[in-house]
Amino acid sequence: MSAKPRIRLPDNARIGEVIEIKTLIAHPMESGNRRNNDGGLVPRLLLHTFAAKFAGREVFRATLHTGTAANPYISFFTKVPGPGEFEFTWIEDGGAEIIERQALKVI
Amino acid sequence: MKTIRRNVCAAILVFASGLAGAVHAQQSSDAIERELETYRSMMRSDPWSNPGMLDVDRGETLWKTPGGPNNVSLEGCDLGLGPGKVDGAFAALPRYFADADRVMDVEARILWCMEKLQGFERAKLLNRPHPGPGMPVKDLGAIATYVAYRSNGRSFAAAFSHPKEKEMLALGEALFFRRSGPMDFACSTCHGDSGKRIRLQPLPFFSKPDEARKIVGAWPAYRVSTAHVMTMQHRIYDCFWQMRLPEVELGSDVPVALISYLVKQAEGGEISIPGMKR
Repeated sequence: MSAKPRIRLPDNARIGEVIEIKTLIAHPMESGNRRNNDGGLVPRLLLHTFAAKFAGREVFRATLHTGTAANPYISFFTKVPGPGEFEFTWIEDGGAEIIERQALKVI
Repeated sequence: MKTIRRNVCAAILVFASGLAGAVHAQQSSDAIERELETYRSMMRSDPWSNPGMLDVDRGETLWKTPGGPNNVSLEGCDLGLGPGKVDGAFAALPRYFADADRVMDVEARILWCMEKLQGFERAKLLNRPHPGPGMPVKDLGAIATYVAYRSNGRSFAAAFSHPKEKEMLALGEALFFRRSGPMDFACSTCHGDSGKRIRLQPLPFFSKPDEARKIVGAWPAYRVSTAHVMTMQHRIYDCFWQMRLPEVELGSDVPVALISYLVKQAEGGEISIPGMKR
Protein backbone atom coordinates (compact mmCIF):
# COMPACT_ATOMS: atom_id res chain seq x y z
CA MET A 1 0.00 0.00 0.00
CA SER A 2 1.68 3.15 -1.17
CA ALA A 3 -0.61 5.78 0.33
CA LYS A 4 -3.46 6.33 2.75
CA PRO A 5 -6.89 6.37 1.08
CA ARG A 6 -8.25 9.83 0.31
CA ILE A 7 -11.71 10.66 1.65
CA ARG A 8 -13.56 13.83 0.81
CA LEU A 9 -16.62 14.85 2.84
CA PRO A 10 -18.24 18.29 2.73
CA ASP A 11 -16.86 20.63 5.43
CA ASN A 12 -20.28 20.50 7.06
CA ALA A 13 -23.81 19.40 6.26
CA ARG A 14 -27.39 19.95 7.44
CA ILE A 15 -29.73 17.17 8.57
CA GLY A 16 -31.69 15.90 5.57
CA GLU A 17 -29.16 17.25 3.08
CA VAL A 18 -27.93 15.00 0.26
CA ILE A 19 -24.14 15.07 0.20
CA GLU A 20 -21.51 13.67 -2.14
CA ILE A 21 -18.69 11.55 -0.75
CA LYS A 22 -15.55 10.87 -2.75
CA THR A 23 -13.01 8.13 -2.07
CA LEU A 24 -9.77 7.23 -3.79
CA ILE A 25 -7.50 4.34 -2.86
CA ALA A 26 -4.18 3.05 -4.17
CA HIS A 27 -4.50 -0.56 -5.33
CA PRO A 28 -3.20 -2.52 -8.36
CA MET A 29 -6.61 -4.24 -8.97
CA GLU A 30 -4.87 -7.21 -10.57
CA SER A 31 -7.53 -8.95 -12.67
CA GLY A 32 -6.03 -12.46 -12.68
CA ASN A 33 -6.19 -12.54 -16.48
CA ARG A 34 -2.77 -11.08 -17.22
CA ARG A 35 0.36 -13.10 -17.79
CA ASN A 36 3.86 -12.29 -16.58
CA ASN A 37 7.05 -12.50 -18.66
CA ASP A 38 7.33 -16.25 -18.04
CA GLY A 39 3.83 -16.89 -19.35
CA GLY A 40 2.33 -17.69 -15.93
CA LEU A 41 -0.87 -16.05 -14.76
CA VAL A 42 -0.47 -13.10 -12.42
CA PRO A 43 -2.69 -14.06 -9.47
CA ARG A 44 -5.91 -12.14 -9.08
CA LEU A 45 -5.78 -9.47 -6.38
CA LEU A 46 -8.80 -7.22 -6.31
CA LEU A 47 -10.55 -5.04 -3.82
CA HIS A 48 -13.82 -6.91 -4.39
CA THR A 49 -16.04 -4.90 -2.06
CA PHE A 50 -16.41 -1.33 -0.94
CA ALA A 51 -18.87 -0.45 1.81
CA ALA A 52 -19.71 2.75 3.66
CA LYS A 53 -21.45 2.95 7.02
CA PHE A 54 -22.77 6.07 8.66
CA ALA A 55 -23.38 5.98 12.41
CA GLY A 56 -23.22 2.18 12.28
CA ARG A 57 -25.77 1.78 9.46
CA GLU A 58 -24.71 0.76 5.96
CA VAL A 59 -25.47 3.50 3.42
CA PHE A 60 -23.59 2.32 0.34
CA ARG A 61 -22.06 -0.88 -0.98
CA ALA A 62 -20.34 -1.71 -4.26
CA THR A 63 -18.98 -4.95 -5.65
CA LEU A 64 -15.96 -4.43 -7.87
CA HIS A 65 -15.05 -6.86 -10.64
CA THR A 66 -12.07 -7.54 -12.89
CA GLY A 67 -12.88 -4.64 -15.22
CA THR A 68 -12.16 -2.03 -12.56
CA ALA A 69 -9.12 0.15 -13.20
CA ALA A 70 -6.19 0.34 -10.79
CA ASN A 71 -6.49 2.90 -7.97
CA PRO A 72 -10.30 2.89 -7.91
CA TYR A 73 -12.17 6.14 -7.40
CA ILE A 74 -15.69 5.81 -5.98
CA SER A 75 -18.09 8.63 -5.39
CA PHE A 76 -21.65 8.32 -4.10
CA PHE A 77 -24.45 10.36 -2.59
CA THR A 78 -26.20 9.88 0.72
CA LYS A 79 -28.76 11.70 2.82
CA VAL A 80 -27.59 12.98 6.21
CA PRO A 81 -29.83 11.51 8.97
CA GLY A 82 -28.04 13.27 11.84
CA PRO A 83 -24.61 13.63 13.36
CA GLY A 84 -22.22 10.69 13.09
CA GLU A 85 -19.09 9.15 11.73
CA PHE A 86 -18.50 7.49 8.37
CA GLU A 87 -16.70 4.18 8.20
CA PHE A 88 -15.35 3.14 4.81
CA THR A 89 -14.21 -0.44 4.22
CA TRP A 90 -12.42 -1.93 1.24
CA ILE A 91 -12.15 -5.74 1.26
CA GLU A 92 -9.34 -7.38 -0.68
CA ASP A 93 -9.26 -10.92 -2.10
CA GLY A 94 -8.01 -13.07 0.76
CA GLY A 95 -10.00 -11.09 3.29
CA ALA A 96 -7.67 -8.21 4.18
CA GLU A 97 -9.64 -5.08 5.06
CA ILE A 98 -8.69 -1.43 4.80
CA ILE A 99 -10.81 0.73 7.07
CA GLU A 100 -10.95 4.53 7.22
CA ARG A 101 -13.15 6.58 9.54
CA GLN A 102 -14.09 10.22 9.30
CA ALA A 103 -16.65 12.22 11.26
CA LEU A 104 -19.17 14.46 9.52
CA LYS A 105 -19.72 17.90 10.97
CA VAL A 106 -23.48 18.43 11.15
CA ILE A 107 -24.79 21.98 11.62
CA MET B 1 -19.17 3.92 -27.97
CA LYS B 2 -21.78 2.09 -30.06
CA THR B 3 -21.82 4.85 -32.66
CA ILE B 4 -18.05 4.74 -32.88
CA ARG B 5 -18.05 1.00 -33.47
CA ARG B 6 -20.78 1.39 -36.10
CA ASN B 7 -18.82 4.15 -37.79
CA VAL B 8 -15.62 2.10 -37.78
CA CYS B 9 -17.45 -0.88 -39.32
CA ALA B 10 -19.07 1.39 -41.87
CA ALA B 11 -15.70 2.92 -42.64
CA ILE B 12 -14.17 -0.48 -43.27
CA LEU B 13 -17.04 -1.46 -45.60
CA VAL B 14 -16.86 1.77 -47.55
CA PHE B 15 -13.09 1.59 -47.75
CA ALA B 16 -13.35 -1.64 -49.70
CA SER B 17 -15.39 0.16 -52.31
CA GLY B 18 -12.96 2.94 -52.99
CA LEU B 19 -11.52 6.29 -52.11
CA ALA B 20 -14.62 7.50 -50.21
CA GLY B 21 -13.46 5.17 -47.42
CA ALA B 22 -10.52 7.33 -46.48
CA VAL B 23 -12.81 10.30 -45.88
CA HIS B 24 -15.15 8.21 -43.75
CA ALA B 25 -12.26 6.76 -41.68
CA GLN B 26 -11.12 10.32 -40.97
CA GLN B 27 -14.61 11.17 -39.71
CA SER B 28 -14.71 8.14 -37.41
CA SER B 29 -11.29 8.92 -35.92
CA ASP B 30 -12.61 12.43 -35.23
CA ALA B 31 -15.55 10.80 -33.46
CA ILE B 32 -13.16 8.72 -31.32
CA GLU B 33 -11.18 11.87 -30.52
CA ARG B 34 -14.43 13.59 -29.47
CA GLU B 35 -15.33 10.70 -27.14
CA LEU B 36 -11.84 10.80 -25.65
CA GLU B 37 -12.14 14.54 -25.14
CA THR B 38 -15.44 13.97 -23.26
CA TYR B 39 -13.59 11.49 -21.02
CA ARG B 40 -10.72 13.92 -20.45
CA SER B 41 -13.02 16.82 -19.64
CA MET B 42 -14.93 14.63 -17.13
CA MET B 43 -11.58 13.83 -15.51
CA ARG B 44 -10.59 17.50 -15.44
CA SER B 45 -13.93 18.60 -14.01
CA ASP B 46 -13.33 16.40 -10.96
CA PRO B 47 -9.67 16.53 -9.87
CA TRP B 48 -10.54 13.94 -7.25
CA SER B 49 -10.88 11.29 -9.93
CA ASN B 50 -7.12 11.51 -10.59
CA PRO B 51 -5.21 8.78 -8.68
CA GLY B 52 -2.08 10.93 -9.07
CA MET B 53 -3.41 12.78 -6.01
CA LEU B 54 -2.46 9.77 -3.89
CA ASP B 55 1.16 10.41 -4.82
CA VAL B 56 0.80 14.12 -4.09
CA ASP B 57 -0.19 13.06 -0.54
CA ARG B 58 2.65 10.55 -0.41
CA GLY B 59 5.13 13.15 -1.65
CA GLU B 60 3.99 15.61 1.03
CA THR B 61 4.57 13.04 3.76
CA LEU B 62 8.00 12.20 2.31
CA TRP B 63 8.91 15.90 2.11
CA LYS B 64 7.96 16.55 5.74
CA THR B 65 9.12 13.33 7.40
CA PRO B 66 12.75 12.98 8.56
CA GLY B 67 14.47 10.32 6.47
CA GLY B 68 17.70 9.04 4.98
CA PRO B 69 20.93 8.21 6.81
CA ASN B 70 21.02 11.76 8.27
CA ASN B 71 17.40 11.45 9.45
CA VAL B 72 16.38 14.96 8.39
CA SER B 73 13.32 16.10 6.44
CA LEU B 74 13.51 17.90 3.10
CA GLU B 75 12.12 21.05 4.69
CA GLY B 76 15.68 22.40 4.67
CA CYS B 77 15.80 21.95 0.89
CA ASP B 78 16.01 25.19 -1.07
CA LEU B 79 13.99 24.92 -4.29
CA GLY B 80 14.99 28.44 -5.28
CA LEU B 81 12.76 30.52 -3.00
CA GLY B 82 14.54 29.68 0.26
CA PRO B 83 14.80 26.52 2.39
CA GLY B 84 11.48 24.73 2.76
CA LYS B 85 9.54 27.19 0.56
CA VAL B 86 7.44 25.02 -1.73
CA ASP B 87 4.56 27.22 -2.90
CA GLY B 88 5.32 28.59 -6.36
CA ALA B 89 8.83 27.12 -6.48
CA PHE B 90 8.06 24.77 -9.38
CA ALA B 91 6.78 27.64 -11.55
CA ALA B 92 10.24 29.27 -11.47
CA LEU B 93 12.24 26.13 -12.30
CA PRO B 94 14.61 25.21 -13.92
CA ARG B 95 17.03 27.71 -12.40
CA TYR B 96 20.69 28.08 -11.48
CA PHE B 97 21.64 26.99 -7.95
CA ALA B 98 24.89 28.46 -6.67
CA ASP B 99 25.39 25.74 -4.01
CA ALA B 100 25.43 23.04 -6.69
CA ASP B 101 26.84 25.34 -9.41
CA ARG B 102 24.34 23.85 -11.85
CA VAL B 103 21.02 24.57 -13.49
CA MET B 104 18.43 22.17 -12.11
CA ASP B 105 14.82 21.23 -12.71
CA VAL B 106 12.58 20.06 -9.88
CA GLU B 107 13.74 16.43 -9.99
CA ALA B 108 17.46 17.24 -10.29
CA ARG B 109 17.08 19.57 -7.30
CA ILE B 110 15.22 17.04 -5.12
CA LEU B 111 17.82 14.43 -6.06
CA TRP B 112 20.53 16.87 -4.94
CA CYS B 113 18.72 17.57 -1.62
CA MET B 114 18.13 13.86 -0.94
CA GLU B 115 21.84 13.29 -1.47
CA LYS B 116 23.28 16.33 0.31
CA LEU B 117 20.76 16.86 3.12
CA GLN B 118 19.36 13.42 3.80
CA GLY B 119 22.58 11.58 2.98
CA PHE B 120 21.15 9.09 0.48
CA GLU B 121 23.69 7.45 -1.79
CA ARG B 122 23.43 9.04 -5.23
CA ALA B 123 24.12 5.79 -7.08
CA LYS B 124 21.22 4.12 -5.28
CA LEU B 125 18.82 6.92 -6.15
CA LEU B 126 19.88 6.65 -9.79
CA ASN B 127 19.56 2.88 -9.98
CA ARG B 128 16.24 2.22 -11.78
CA PRO B 129 14.87 5.64 -10.85
CA HIS B 130 11.60 5.24 -12.80
CA PRO B 131 8.74 2.83 -12.06
CA GLY B 132 7.80 -0.13 -14.27
CA PRO B 133 4.19 -0.58 -15.44
CA GLY B 134 1.81 -1.03 -12.51
CA MET B 135 4.43 0.01 -9.95
CA PRO B 136 4.00 3.26 -8.03
CA VAL B 137 6.26 6.21 -8.87
CA LYS B 138 9.49 6.19 -6.84
CA ASP B 139 9.83 8.41 -3.75
CA LEU B 140 11.72 11.11 -5.68
CA GLY B 141 8.96 11.27 -8.29
CA ALA B 142 6.24 11.45 -5.62
CA ILE B 143 8.07 14.36 -3.94
CA ALA B 144 8.44 16.10 -7.32
CA THR B 145 4.70 15.62 -7.95
CA TYR B 146 3.91 17.20 -4.57
CA VAL B 147 6.25 20.15 -5.19
CA ALA B 148 4.81 20.71 -8.68
CA TYR B 149 1.24 20.45 -7.32
CA ARG B 150 1.98 23.33 -4.95
CA SER B 151 2.41 25.62 -8.00
CA ASN B 152 -1.04 24.79 -9.38
CA GLY B 153 -2.84 27.78 -10.85
CA ARG B 154 0.43 29.65 -11.46
CA SER B 155 2.12 30.16 -14.82
CA PHE B 156 5.53 28.99 -15.96
CA ALA B 157 7.87 31.89 -15.32
CA ALA B 158 11.46 30.59 -15.21
CA ALA B 159 13.73 33.61 -15.67
CA PHE B 160 16.57 32.18 -17.81
CA SER B 161 18.61 35.29 -16.97
CA HIS B 162 21.76 33.77 -15.43
CA PRO B 163 24.44 32.95 -18.06
CA LYS B 164 24.33 29.25 -17.09
CA GLU B 165 20.53 29.23 -17.47
CA LYS B 166 20.88 30.79 -20.92
CA GLU B 167 23.50 28.22 -21.80
CA MET B 168 21.20 25.38 -20.66
CA LEU B 169 18.28 26.76 -22.64
CA ALA B 170 20.44 27.00 -25.79
CA LEU B 171 21.64 23.42 -25.24
CA GLY B 172 18.03 22.28 -24.88
CA GLU B 173 17.01 23.92 -28.12
CA ALA B 174 19.98 22.39 -29.94
CA LEU B 175 19.23 18.92 -28.54
CA PHE B 176 15.57 19.23 -29.44
CA PHE B 177 16.40 19.62 -33.12
CA ARG B 178 19.57 17.53 -33.36
CA ARG B 179 19.06 14.19 -35.10
CA SER B 180 21.16 11.33 -33.76
CA GLY B 181 21.33 7.63 -33.02
CA PRO B 182 20.75 4.56 -35.24
CA MET B 183 17.29 5.82 -36.28
CA ASP B 184 18.49 9.36 -37.00
CA PHE B 185 15.80 10.75 -34.69
CA ALA B 186 15.40 14.13 -33.03
CA CYS B 187 12.67 15.28 -30.62
CA SER B 188 11.48 17.43 -33.50
CA THR B 189 10.95 14.34 -35.68
CA CYS B 190 7.75 13.70 -33.69
CA HIS B 191 7.20 17.08 -32.04
CA GLY B 192 8.09 19.37 -34.95
CA ASP B 193 4.68 19.84 -36.54
CA SER B 194 1.01 20.04 -35.57
CA GLY B 195 -1.27 17.00 -35.83
CA LYS B 196 1.36 14.25 -35.56
CA ARG B 197 0.73 11.16 -33.48
CA ILE B 198 2.22 7.84 -32.36
CA ARG B 199 -0.49 5.22 -32.82
CA LEU B 200 -3.55 6.96 -31.31
CA GLN B 201 -1.58 9.39 -29.15
CA PRO B 202 -1.60 12.94 -30.50
CA LEU B 203 1.78 14.65 -30.08
CA PRO B 204 2.24 18.31 -29.23
CA PHE B 205 4.25 20.60 -31.52
CA PHE B 206 6.54 22.08 -28.90
CA SER B 207 7.96 24.92 -30.96
CA LYS B 208 4.46 26.40 -31.08
CA PRO B 209 3.84 28.08 -27.68
CA ASP B 210 0.04 27.52 -27.92
CA GLU B 211 0.52 23.76 -27.99
CA ALA B 212 3.40 23.71 -25.51
CA ARG B 213 1.40 25.71 -22.95
CA LYS B 214 -1.44 23.17 -23.02
CA ILE B 215 0.85 20.18 -22.43
CA VAL B 216 3.90 21.06 -20.33
CA GLY B 217 1.86 22.23 -17.31
CA ALA B 218 0.23 18.79 -17.03
CA TRP B 219 3.49 16.99 -16.09
CA PRO B 220 4.00 15.08 -13.76
CA ALA B 221 0.91 13.22 -14.94
CA TYR B 222 -1.00 10.08 -13.98
CA ARG B 223 -0.84 7.55 -16.75
CA VAL B 224 -3.87 5.30 -16.89
CA SER B 225 -2.31 2.51 -18.96
CA THR B 226 0.59 1.95 -16.56
CA ALA B 227 -1.33 3.03 -13.44
CA HIS B 228 1.31 5.36 -12.05
CA VAL B 229 2.48 8.94 -12.02
CA MET B 230 5.08 9.67 -14.70
CA THR B 231 7.42 12.60 -14.15
CA MET B 232 8.90 14.83 -16.86
CA GLN B 233 12.36 13.24 -16.43
CA HIS B 234 10.73 9.82 -16.87
CA ARG B 235 8.89 11.06 -19.98
CA ILE B 236 12.18 12.21 -21.52
CA TYR B 237 13.91 8.97 -20.47
CA ASP B 238 11.19 7.08 -22.36
CA CYS B 239 11.44 9.36 -25.41
CA PHE B 240 15.18 8.60 -25.55
CA TRP B 241 14.45 4.89 -25.33
CA GLN B 242 11.87 5.23 -28.12
CA MET B 243 14.46 7.04 -30.25
CA ARG B 244 16.95 4.21 -29.55
CA LEU B 245 19.37 6.67 -27.95
CA PRO B 246 21.59 5.83 -24.96
CA GLU B 247 19.91 5.73 -21.57
CA VAL B 248 19.55 9.20 -20.16
CA GLU B 249 20.47 9.68 -16.49
CA LEU B 250 17.92 11.25 -14.17
CA GLY B 251 18.84 14.83 -13.31
CA SER B 252 21.73 15.03 -15.77
CA ASP B 253 22.24 18.01 -18.07
CA VAL B 254 20.51 16.49 -21.12
CA PRO B 255 17.01 16.16 -19.60
CA VAL B 256 17.42 19.42 -17.66
CA ALA B 257 18.34 21.21 -20.91
CA LEU B 258 15.34 19.75 -22.75
CA ILE B 259 13.03 20.61 -19.85
CA SER B 260 14.41 24.16 -19.93
CA TYR B 261 13.51 24.39 -23.62
CA LEU B 262 10.00 22.98 -23.04
CA VAL B 263 9.34 25.29 -20.08
CA LYS B 264 10.53 28.28 -22.11
CA GLN B 265 8.17 27.32 -24.96
CA ALA B 266 5.34 26.95 -22.43
CA GLU B 267 6.10 30.29 -20.72
CA GLY B 268 2.87 31.78 -19.37
CA GLY B 269 1.06 28.40 -19.55
CA GLU B 270 -0.92 27.38 -16.51
CA ILE B 271 0.34 24.65 -14.20
CA SER B 272 -2.25 21.97 -13.44
CA ILE B 273 -0.71 18.95 -11.72
CA PRO B 274 -1.14 15.99 -11.85
CA GLY B 275 -2.24 15.73 -15.46
CA MET B 276 -4.03 12.69 -16.85
CA LYS B 277 -2.59 10.74 -19.77
CA ARG B 278 -3.63 7.70 -21.81
